[in-house]
Amino acid sequence: MTYLQAISEGLRSEMRDDERVLLMGEDIGVFGGAFKVTDGFIGEFGIDRVMDTPLAESGIVGTAVGAAIVGMRPVCEMQFADFVACGFDQIINVAGKMFYRQGLPVNITVRLPSGGGFSGGPFHSQSPEAWFMHSPGIKVVAPSTAEDAKGLMIASIRDPNPVVYMEHKNLYRRVKGDVPEGSYETPFSARVAREGSELVVITYGAMVNTALEATEDLDTHSGTGGASIMVLDLRTLKPLDEPAILSAVRACSKVVIVDEANQTCAAGAQVAALIAEHAFEDLDGPVVRVASPDVPVPYSPPLEQAVLPSVDRVREACRQLLEY
Amino acid sequence: MATSSTAAQTGPNTPSDSLPEHLTLDDRVGLLRAMLLMRTIEERAMNLYRQGKVPGSFYDGFGQEAVSVGPAWAMAAADRLCPLHRDLGAHLVRGVAPWRIMSQYMGREAGITHGRDGNVHFGDYRTGCVGMVSMLPDMMLVATGMAMAFKLRSEQRCALSWFGDGSTSRGDFHEAMNWAGVQHLPVIFVLENNQFAYSTPLHQQFAVNPVERAEGYGFLGTSVDGNDAEAMFEATRAARARALEGGGPTLIEAVTMRMHGHAAHDDMKYVPKALFDEWRAKDPIDRQSARVAAQGVDVDALKAEVREQVEQATQKALEGEMPDPATATERVFHPRDAEEVLLEDGTAPWSGFPE
Repeated sequence: MTYLQAISEGLRSEMRDDERVLLMGEDIGVFGGAFKVTDGFIGEFGIDRVMDTPLAESGIVGTAVGAAIVGMRPVCEMQFADFVACGFDQIINVAGKMFYRQGLPVNITVRLPSGGGFSGGPFHSQSPEAWFMHSPGIKVVAPSTAEDAKGLMIASIRDPNPVVYMEHKNLYRRVKGDVPEGSYETPFSARVAREGSELVVITYGAMVNTALEATEDLDTHSGTGGASIMVLDLRTLKPLDEPAILSAVRACSKVVIVDEANQTCAAGAQVAALIAEHAFEDLDGPVVRVASPDVPVPYSPPLEQAVLPSVDRVREACRQLLEY
Repeated sequence: MATSSTAAQTGPNTPSDSLPEHLTLDDRVGLLRAMLLMRTIEERAMNLYRQGKVPGSFYDGFGQEAVSVGPAWAMAAADRLCPLHRDLGAHLVRGVAPWRIMSQYMGREAGITHGRDGNVHFGDYRTGCVGMVSMLPDMMLVATGMAMAFKLRSEQRCALSWFGDGSTSRGDFHEAMNWAGVQHLPVIFVLENNQFAYSTPLHQQFAVNPVERAEGYGFLGTSVDGNDAEAMFEATRAARARALEGGGPTLIEAVTMRMHGHAAHDDMKYVPKALFDEWRAKDPIDRQSARVAAQGVDVDALKAEVREQVEQATQKALEGEMPDPATATERVFHPRDAEEVLLEDGTAPWSGFPE
């Protein structure tokens, strides 16, 4: 099953189990969504539960908040993660602070098809997860495998708080994997994608696959043979799985952190700060970061490839750190 | 000024002699009592602010009491409300105790938000009210979403959101009006046209009176004397009845005047004296007092009773503890295994609801 089919499976499973679950978004009903995540849903669940909304991102999130506090469990699709900027205020100021201020939880899930790599240009390629990590009261998840895509979707819908679900567009049809049948939840915690002992690459989303490819059978410049490299898939960015991160650092002593997002204040910056604060004595070299520079994601393939972290960039960063 | 016509629509401050069709004398006294309670609480709280007991600033709805009390009186227990910062009367009608409001103003543990938010930034979910945020008019969308859920579940319920004239300039006003119109939802929008958004007058806010925009979104807009509690009640009652019959949303423009500054620190020097004097003569409490006095009600006794109630509430609040600093980082997320919390029904005192 593809990553995309797994997201659909998670949504379908919860909609069958819980009539409070309601999908809202632009072109998600009759058309089945810009990426076809909800293709065929309207036939099974009807137009009320697979709602084609006006083109209004603030409206989608704001009305979802209202529906949630009277007992619905809305899942909002932003057609592209980039468009969530138009619904930002409702997530940050209304949904994120409601429980703290008034004891009223807001059970909404906001799906953000994110990431670049296919010439989407500056407004169809962003990775805005850090916007939400920085604001209290919002959980942020970012699956990298088909199994986790389904399990995290189910867990996000069941979580009583606002959850921003980052789904990487570049994984939709490229990533395939076995997905358990029936209903299950993936916990909001990190996962060791590959064991290792000499260096750990800490990352999430599409960069998990980039990291796995970059470090598979990685030889150093000095030619000492395949290095033992761990890849830690964060899976959830808020809350960060701090014990898993610190444990990986203790086990490997060398750390490369990879973000597809712009580097300043990215999720990886928080991981680096955490390590500096709590695992300084466990390090055997500087913490190395690989991320997109602070530029909009450009359109033309050579420009885009120059910006997004590549397999080669991650491999070279690991090589250099291994030789430190 | 194109919008001055809205002020001219408000009637003279003359008591209505005949009993309104949908209000008993108890209702009419109840409306007055809620307005008196609102004004007395806010006057006492302003006093506490000047004494340094209310942190931050202080916001009130002096002169606009009818705008929140009238519509709230028309809402059923199962309906849901999103009051704004000049709508304390709605919380009082829905059953929030004055001493908890005083505690809220003073940042005490017993306040509705337990000190986590200030002044009228609260909503007691046990009364069916959702607390506002400072970004206006965000709550129009929340009310629209609640109404959407009611319609999806075929429930005979309604949602109501208040917002100001300045709010009509922002996108969420458009998104909510459009959404409610497209989906034909049981939602009531109450526009508090109080002549100024902070210091900005109407003619710098919009070129066309927003009540006229309702038609463009496919539903009814109506302009009401916002200083007449009974007129506000009646407009809301009719809008609610229409909504429950499947008639869709209504925009009610409450034409009123903000008689205090935006907040305690605002001296209102931008308000022409003639305008202020004109509106002082239309005070909503004086108007309702004259009406019920004409029916033989002892208004002075009622005022004394309310003053005593507020004083007791103030003393009780002053005795309350400040929140424990150790709790500042608690309750950011609702625990997964905790019991589900949803908005609950509030008090609905109107005599027209079945017991």
